[in-house]
Amino acid sequence: MVRLMYKTVIGLEVHCELKSNSKNFSTARNSYSTIPNSNVSVVDLGFPGILPVVNKEAVKNSIKMAIAMNCEIPEYLTFERKNYFYPDLPKGYQITQFKHPIGTNGYVMINVNGEEKKILIHDTHLEEDTASLDHYPAYSLIDYNRCGVPLLETVTEPCMNSADEAVAFLEGLRSIFLYCDTSYARSDRGQIRCDVNVSLMKEGDTELGTKVEMKNINSFSSVKEAIICEVKRQSEILDKGGKVLQETRRFDEAEGVTYPMRSKEDAIDYKYFTDPNLPPIKIDKEWIEDIRKSIPKLHNERFRIYTSEYSINEKDAYTIVRDKNISDYYEECLSLSGDPKLVSNWLTGSVIGYLNKYSLTIDEIKMRPKMLVELIDLINSGKISGKQGKEVFEKVMDTGKEPAVVISELGLSQIGDEETIRGIVLEVIDENKALVDDYKNGKRVFDYFIGQIMKKTKGRANPSLASKILKEELDK
Amino acid sequence: MALSIKEMREKIDSGSVSSEELFTESVNLAKKYQDKYNPFVTIIDKYEIDKSSDSNLSGIPYALKDNISTKGILTTASSNILKNYVPVYDATIYKKLKEAGAVLMGKTVLDELAMGGTGTTGHTGVVKNPWNSERLIGGSSAGSAASVALGIVPFAIGSDTGDSIRKPAAYGGVVGFKPTYGRISRYGLFAFASSLDHLGVFARNTYDVAMVMNVIKGHDERDMTSLPDDDKNYLDTIDNEVAGKKLFYIKEILDNSDNDKELAKVIDNFSMVIKKCESLGIEVCEESIDKDLLLALYPTYMSISCAEVTSNDANLTGIHFGVRGEGNTPEEIIKDARTKGFSELIKRRFVLGSYILQKENQEKLFLNACRIRRMVVDKINDLFKKYDGLIMPAASGIAPKFGEGTDKLSDKYLMLDNHLVIGNFGGFPSITIPSGFVDDMPLGINITGRVCEDDVVLNMAYKLENTMDYVNQVAKDGEIDV
Repeated sequence: MVRLMYKTVIGLEVHCELKSNSKNFSTARNSYSTIPNSNVSVVDLGFPGILPVVNKEAVKNSIKMAIAMNCEIPEYLTFERKNYFYPDLPKGYQITQFKHPIGTNGYVMINVNGEEKKILIHDTHLEEDTASLDHYPAYSLIDYNRCGVPLLETVTEPCMNSADEAVAFLEGLRSIFLYCDTSYARSDRGQIRCDVNVSLMKEGDTELGTKVEMKNINSFSSVKEAIICEVKRQSEILDKGGKVLQETRRFDEAEGVTYPMRSKEDAIDYKYFTDPNLPPIKIDKEWIEDIRKSIPKLHNERFRIYTSEYSINEKDAYTIVRDKNISDYYEECLSLSGDPKLVSNWLTGSVIGYLNKYSLTIDEIKMRPKMLVELIDLINSGKISGKQGKEVFEKVMDTGKEPAVVISELGLSQIGDEETIRGIVLEVIDENKALVDDYKNGKRVFDYFIGQIMKKTKGRANPSLASKILKEELDK
Repeated sequence: MALSIKEMREKIDSGSVSSEELFTESVNLAKKYQDKYNPFVTIIDKYEIDKSSDSNLSGIPYALKDNISTKGILTTASSNILKNYVPVYDATIYKKLKEAGAVLMGKTVLDELAMGGTGTTGHTGVVKNPWNSERLIGGSSAGSAASVALGIVPFAIGSDTGDSIRKPAAYGGVVGFKPTYGRISRYGLFAFASSLDHLGVFARNTYDVAMVMNVIKGHDERDMTSLPDDDKNYLDTIDNEVAGKKLFYIKEILDNSDNDKELAKVIDNFSMVIKKCESLGIEVCEESIDKDLLLALYPTYMSISCAEVTSNDANLTGIHFGVRGEGNTPEEIIKDARTKGFSELIKRRFVLGSYILQKENQEKLFLNACRIRRMVVDKINDLFKKYDGLIMPAASGIAPKFGEGTDKLSDKYLMLDNHLVIGNFGGFPSITIPSGFVDDMPLGINITGRVCEDDVVLNMAYKLENTMDYVNQVAKDGEIDV
């Protein structure tokens, strides 16, 4: 196991498309569409004479993210041009931030296998996305829908040491986007993409090894695979006494290998300079405070509260906080005085089971938090049995009717009154006198009596009460 | 005699002439002069007018420089790479003029992509000076200057990044005004150097300039560098008394210790103008500025403008619009389009700009240029605490003959032929008005004022031009049959 000699060092650059009505610098709609070139303006196409206008909403969402990542926010924002030629970049430059990014020196806490770790954020900056290209053997097609969509690029310090940490960070970051409602962050739509820098250093070394960059990896599982395979490649080189070249490589997801794209010598000089069309934008302190107030409790904080204050197990707590809407649903249940544990059990069991079965999101189901709490109360107070509860649950999910309404429609409400049950018990005993002797002779007929009681009450008799009274009467 | 906007307005309003007749006459004149002087890339035959407006410009024919986006009308920036480009949107300035009822009759020739000051580099050929066709008119707004000087239109729109309105105005004997940076929206102006680019107006008198300015100025939410509205009507103050105003000129720029004959004539003319100023009660003083700073004007301008233009013109790839190149990869296609589409002069500026912006050069060549720009502006603003404006000859002499220019960077060239960039560095309002003749060729005088004091500059220029005999003058060739 020679490879244990090396420490893996990983830095990430994560691009995430921000939510906004219009694009970052134009009035075209910012909305995912499968119809190519349907959300495009002259500004996106870089026609001669166009000028960019900064989208305030995109700036606001970026500031929100910068705050959530504990970043410092500058007094003035500037935008710079990154110059290069490519058909996906109609202006011949991308407007990005270089000198005064929207956030610097931040951090995000992650949890890997029960261990907390602080991931340092070098900076997070607002830029515009490029068009997307579809390559065919004889030609390529350009879709400008994505061109100009606000993109927040978050750059970490090289501070992660395993593929698991990298993935935990990515999941944590995506969660922040979702909790802050600043992005859909769907990797299947390319809304969150990642460049991965990997280097190896010998245990005990203080200087970082030569870094290799892998560009544009779409899914988190691919990030993991890419890191694992790049670490393997680099350690094999080092094992043989070789040198890792500073270069950009492409990860082939299908084959699970990386290929060289360009070396350091071919690195592009992007000739960054401040965009003269975009004067510096002053960020008011008050505005920052307003934005700060709009940030909800994030997943980390909620996880802490659920596990330590509500004593929910980590697995269930994680299941709940992984989706902000589920977590919000949960908290709404609690605000309606639902019991944290019982609600958690129902939510992580029946409710999420239902979501998975029908591929629904929690916002799409008819069982609102108030109904779930009511249902749990009804079971708890013995009004209906746990088994009946399941039936009511399905019915509420199907119809959206209040549990109480469903119960009365189904004639389900439990008979918990001792006198009534005793009357029914006596009736049943009266009708089955022969069996009473069998009972006394030790034959197993008790359950038959219960069955008859349930039949008479259409299953509404409180089972434990019925059982208790039946025993009393039979034993008389 | 060619009519001014004011005269046309009166005639249209009194019913003695229709706007369509004015348009037809303008188009006919354009066709008549096109072969000899080449002011136009496109002459528009079709009379189209928005009649709903009662503005001063309603029914007035005019021309636009061919680097201003006009939906459905060929706009080439006088470059081969855009020789087939028909925009799909309107520039704000064009939209405003259209809404005011002004009637577009042509798109004028410029130096390719507005780079250059000679009017000789457009893809459709050189523009000649209407006062003498052996001489150039200057640029880059060459066709706009020529069309006004010839009396084809009472006004034309140009753009000015270094002196591209104010220099050809001087060579063509007309008025050329570049307002404060941000006063006119740049949306739809093909960018040359965004931090220096201005739109502006050519006319044959300052009153007309003010009339046009009233229509085309104003805040535009599509241009983040555009200023808030100043809510001024420039005609209200144009005839204000100017007694008590103070102007300065820069001693170092007018130094003629070499006894240059041409320069002596310019200085004579300038002395005459100063006397006219004094007759109006305007005090004119001499001020001194560090000569090194003045000698740095031109290199500073070149560094900044070349850097910005390399980036601004990176959209010209032939991929999304313009003439498509050939090749097997996107890189080859772009390379081919740009190799064939630009002239050598343009490529030279791109190479320069690219070099200036390179990581290892940027601090020394680009950022230092930006610092010098700041120093110049600070110095001028400092003087503007004492003075209402700067007055200088617009050029070192009359329009040169074709091929007469040299590559020699003399002090005279570096300072007297390039001081107008001060107006672009600081975004100062700046106007050139005709001030006389040398060898039957016009000379111009320039007044540059404080930022946002467009009204003051127009007022001083108006009063000054009315002390001289060049108001509404039309080029000599413009009055005789050719």
